[in-house]
Amino acid sequence: MNKADYKKMIKKYTPKEDVLKNALMAFVSGGVVGVISTIIYVIFLRFEFDVTSATSYTLVILILLSSLLTGIGCFDKLVEKFKCGIIIPITGFAHSITSSAIDSKKDGMITGIGASTFKLAGSVLLYGIVSAFILAIIKVVFYG
Amino acid sequence: MASMKFNKVYLDSSYSVVSKLEANGNIKNYDYVIDDYYFGLKTFEGAEIKMQRIVIDYLLTKNKNMDLIVGGDLSNQLAITSYMASKYDISYLGSYSACATFNSSIITLASLIEANKIKNGIAITSSHNKVAERQFRYPIEYGAPKAKRSTYTATGSCGVIVTKNNTNIKIESATIGKSIEMGIKDSMHMGAVMAPAAANTLSEHLNDLKRDISYYDLVLTGDLGIYGSKILKELLSKDYNIKLKNHIDAGSILYKKEQELYAGSSGPVSLPLVLFNKILKEKKYKKILVLATGSLHSQMFVNQHKPIPAICHAISLEVL
Repeated sequence: MNKADYKKMIKKYTPKEDVLKNALMAFVSGGVVGVISTIIYVIFLRFEFDVTSATSYTLVILILLSSLLTGIGCFDKLVEKFKCGIIIPITGFAHSITSSAIDSKKDGMITGIGASTFKLAGSVLLYGIVSAFILAIIKVVFYG
Repeated sequence: MASMKFNKVYLDSSYSVVSKLEANGNIKNYDYVIDDYYFGLKTFEGAEIKMQRIVIDYLLTKNKNMDLIVGGDLSNQLAITSYMASKYDISYLGSYSACATFNSSIITLASLIEANKIKNGIAITSSHNKVAERQFRYPIEYGAPKAKRSTYTATGSCGVIVTKNNTNIKIESATIGKSIEMGIKDSMHMGAVMAPAAANTLSEHLNDLKRDISYYDLVLTGDLGIYGSKILKELLSKDYNIKLKNHIDAGSILYKKEQELYAGSSGPVSLPLVLFNKILKEKKYKKILVLATGSLHSQMFVNQHKPIPAICHAISLEVL
C-alpha cells in the first residue's frame, strides 16, 4: 500500500469529532462567561465605579477566578466539559499562564517560571500586539 | 530483517508498579499501586524514578547476581532510567524505542545471554502520564480538549529478569523491526502511525522463520489502541494476506471503557503490564508473539510538520 492509499484507508478508522456539539457547547458556555462578567460589571457600576475601572476590575476578577480554578486543579476538567467557550475569553488566557507557571515551578525561578510562564500565552501576546500595531497604522493612514 | 532464534534464554520473575488509574482498570492484582502521581516526592519525574527503583529492588531480592540492567522510558535522554540506574552497582545500558522499549531491552539481553556474554539481566521500562504530558504536549493543568483518536499514557513501571536458568517461560525467537514511515504527521493518531510497522515486523518475522500465523496462539500488540488495531487488521489482510484472528492489543484492554480514556492506553509500560499481569497469569496461551510498537516522534519534528516514523520489535514466547 502506498502512502496516499494508506492515508485514505486510515480515514475510515479515524473517529469523527463531534464538531457541531462541541461548537454549540462552546457557544453556550462562552455566552455564560459573558453573562457572568456582565453581572460583575453591573455590580461594579452600582457601587459607583466609572466605566473604565469597572471594566478593569471585571477582567481582574475573571483572571483571578480562572487562575484560582487552575491552581486547585478544576479548570482543565471544566474545559473537558465546556470546551473552547472558556478557553477563548480572557479566562483561557489566564489559565494558560497559570498552568504553565505551575508546571515549571520545580524547574527554577529563571529557567522554569521565568522562561516558561508565557510558553502558551506568548503567541497570543505577540500576534495580539502585531495585529494591534497594524490596525493602528491603518487607522492613522485612513482616518487620521 | 534481523530475526534470530534463542535456545537458552528464559524470563524469570517480573514486578509491576502502577497508579490507581491502571489498578481500577481491567487488570487486577498488580504488585504495587501508588496512591498519587507524586508518590511522596516533589516532582513527577522523581516519582517515575522511584517506581523503577521499587521494581529493581524487588527483582534483586529474587536474584542478586545481575550482570546488566537494560531499559528505557519516554523522557528526553532516557533521564529517568539513567537516574534510576545510578543507585545500583550494576552495569547499565539505556535503550530507546519509544513504546517498543521493553522488547528492544529484552532482545538486547537475550542476545547477550545467548552469546554467553552474561548470565542474568533485568529489562525495565516505565512511563508516567504527567511526565509524558509535560514533555510531549501541554502543561499538566492546561485543559486542552483531547481528540477521540488520542491515547492516554499509562503510569507505571514493569521489569523482568532475563536469565539463562530454566524457567517455564522461554524466549524462543525475536525480530528487530525497521523504522517505517507512512506519511502520517498526526502525533495524536499514534495507532495509525504504528500499525504499518507492526504489520511489517509481523510479516517479516513469519517469513524469516518460515511460519504461518496459525503457529501462534496469540499475537499481543503493544499500544495500537482501538483504531490502530483495526488498521493493522486491514493492512495485514490487504497487503500481506495474513488473517489476524487471535489478537489482543494491550493498549485497548488496559483501561475499562467506563474510564473514557479515548482510544486506550499508550506508553512503553502498557505492554508488559498486560503481558505479565494478564496473558501469562491466565495460562491460556502456549505460543505468544509479542509485538511492541513505538511511535518515534519528537516534539521538534512534530512542530516542523515532519511525518512520523514508527518501530515494532517482536519477541516470541513459549510457555513450557
